[in-house]
Amino acid sequence: MLAFTIRRLFEALVVMLTVALLAFVLFRYVGDPVSQMVGQDTSLEDRTRLRLELGLDDPVYIQFARFVGNAVRFDFGISYQVKQPVTRLIAERMPATIELALAAALFAVALGIPMGVYTGIHRDSWLSKLFLTVSLIGISLPTFLIGILLIYIFAVWLNVLPSFGRGDTIPIGFWRTGLLTASGLKALVLPAITLGLFQMTLVTRLVRSEMLEVLRTDYIKFARARGLPERAINFGHALRNTLVPVITVIGLQLGSIIAFAIITETVFQWPGMGLMFIQAVQHADIPVMAAYLLLVAFLFVLINFIVDLIYVRIDPRIRILRRGA
Amino acid sequence: MPDSVLSVRDLRVGFATRHGTLVAVDGVSFDIAPGEVLGVVGESGAGKSLTGAAVIGLIEAPGRITSGEVWLAGRRIDTLGAEAMRKVRGRRIGMVFQDPLTSLNPLYRIGDQIVETIRAHANVSEDTARERAIALLQEAGIQGARARIDSYPHEFSGGMRQRVVLALALCAEPDLLIADEPTTALDVSIQAQIIALLKRLCRERGTAVMLITHDMGVIAETADRVAVMYAGRIVEIGPVREVLRNPRHPYTKGLMGAIPTIAARTGRLVQIPGAMPRLAAIPTGCAFHPRCSQAFDRCYSERPERMPAGAAEAACWLFAEPTRVHA
Repeated sequence: MLAFTIRRLFEALVVMLTVALLAFVLFRYVGDPVSQMVGQDTSLEDRTRLRLELGLDDPVYIQFARFVGNAVRFDFGISYQVKQPVTRLIAERMPATIELALAAALFAVALGIPMGVYTGIHRDSWLSKLFLTVSLIGISLPTFLIGILLIYIFAVWLNVLPSFGRGDTIPIGFWRTGLLTASGLKALVLPAITLGLFQMTLVTRLVRSEMLEVLRTDYIKFARARGLPERAINFGHALRNTLVPVITVIGLQLGSIIAFAIITETVFQWPGMGLMFIQAVQHADIPVMAAYLLLVAFLFVLINFIVDLIYVRIDPRIRILRRGA
Repeated sequence: MPDSVLSVRDLRVGFATRHGTLVAVDGVSFDIAPGEVLGVVGESGAGKSLTGAAVIGLIEAPGRITSGEVWLAGRRIDTLGAEAMRKVRGRRIGMVFQDPLTSLNPLYRIGDQIVETIRAHANVSEDTARERAIALLQEAGIQGARARIDSYPHEFSGGMRQRVVLALALCAEPDLLIADEPTTALDVSIQAQIIALLKRLCRERGTAVMLITHDMGVIAETADRVAVMYAGRIVEIGPVREVLRNPRHPYTKGLMGAIPTIAARTGRLVQIPGAMPRLAAIPTGCAFHPRCSQAFDRCYSERPERMPAGAAEAACWLFAEPTRVHA
């Protein structure tokens, strides 16, 4: 288990360094950082001085080493656009995105798994067909359209939920949470559903197909022949056997939820990293983009690592493989 | 037979398809006495496994019992509701499947699976159930059962797993065990051990066995009586010695002839010409007539019911008494 952990950590390091290289290339070679920072009327001497100060004359590998060294210390430089440290910008924006992403994932899993189990067991019931039809809509409608539809129904027409923003937030250390205020929670509902709907349909369909697969296996037949109650068979024996692929997908999707919250955050003017990223792109704010890239990569790596650890808990056969490896 | 454990009467199992209902088990009747081992043999697709599944109420859709009755110790069970039937399964009728490698849930310790089954049928504490499970595993020939009860299925070999499966099938002390090809997936060297174990465990408990197999050797070794199935029907049934030594039905004769023996190593194996018909194309009259060397007019048009043939019964016109009147 320890060897496994170390190996995975090493792999994660390689991934992070590769992404860092991409981010560095983006930072260093997409446009000239100096002319991004200074005004049109800055003199040539001033530009040269700034170039020297920033170390942009050093060999590339030294610049890259410096970039990585800074990134490790969470120093991504100054945003061109708002002239603030990128780290502070991200620290301000990250809680909003993380809370939104987790709420969306929770929504997707809490509804998707039961719906998947139900449609897997009761293949031909009308409710299953309804679920599958709804999930088809969830898969085929683009996120922004779902968001706008939800805003139209719940904010404009019924007027029960806010159409934009995050509501009131309370600081806990550096983390500003919207989960502890009524308006914060209300503001979370529509964006979370918008962001989570696609994932929910994905989870439903995945759990359904896995259930159909598992319910055909001999050990389920044998469990029936032993006279176990249906509940124990469906949830104890069948569902658990579907979890390894389901957790893989949920893990990967959680990464995508965070990375691609951009559209939802734009529709709902949610003050998270996605909105920050869009604004950074619009203003060619390379340091912010580079930092965002690194952060998203880091989250993917972290989630995958956690998923691997969960596998081991679920499936005893993986323990053997790992021990042997 | 009022004292039989299992009594199947004129059982029919059909599959509804677009082209009408295919009859896979067609008018099967048999009895199993307490403690008796009935072997059921036949080629693949003869309806052996489906008959077993029908008895325990586990036919998968779109198949279903279309007519007939199944009686367990004097109680009709084919009409029971889902929950009542669940209580019969495991507790009154146990079942073992072909492949021990896939019969156990890979994610649960074997002990948990046994304890779960015991507690699904008896109101006992976790500890009591666990003690019972250990005793049972010991009996099933798992060395050091107390230590191995917390192992996962993949930590056992195929033969060991089939021992665990047997222990599981018998843990709620059923009156009848349906063993569906219990040794087919195992190494030949292990097969004999598992059959011996099955025999011993069932004899000690007085459990009746319906042993489904296509292995005549297993039948000869284990069964008291044997039923030979062909195209969804029992073509011959009788005491095992009688049927094996002196088969009456031409199909049974063919089956016996197809068994290679070391004593008679003379050239080619005997084979029955042709193949068993598909369900959609079962011949008229006796389903075996296209392959039968002794078929005559009557076999083409009239379907034979079972009639006495020596100490056994065979569904074959060769044994019709000229004076007998058939309904």
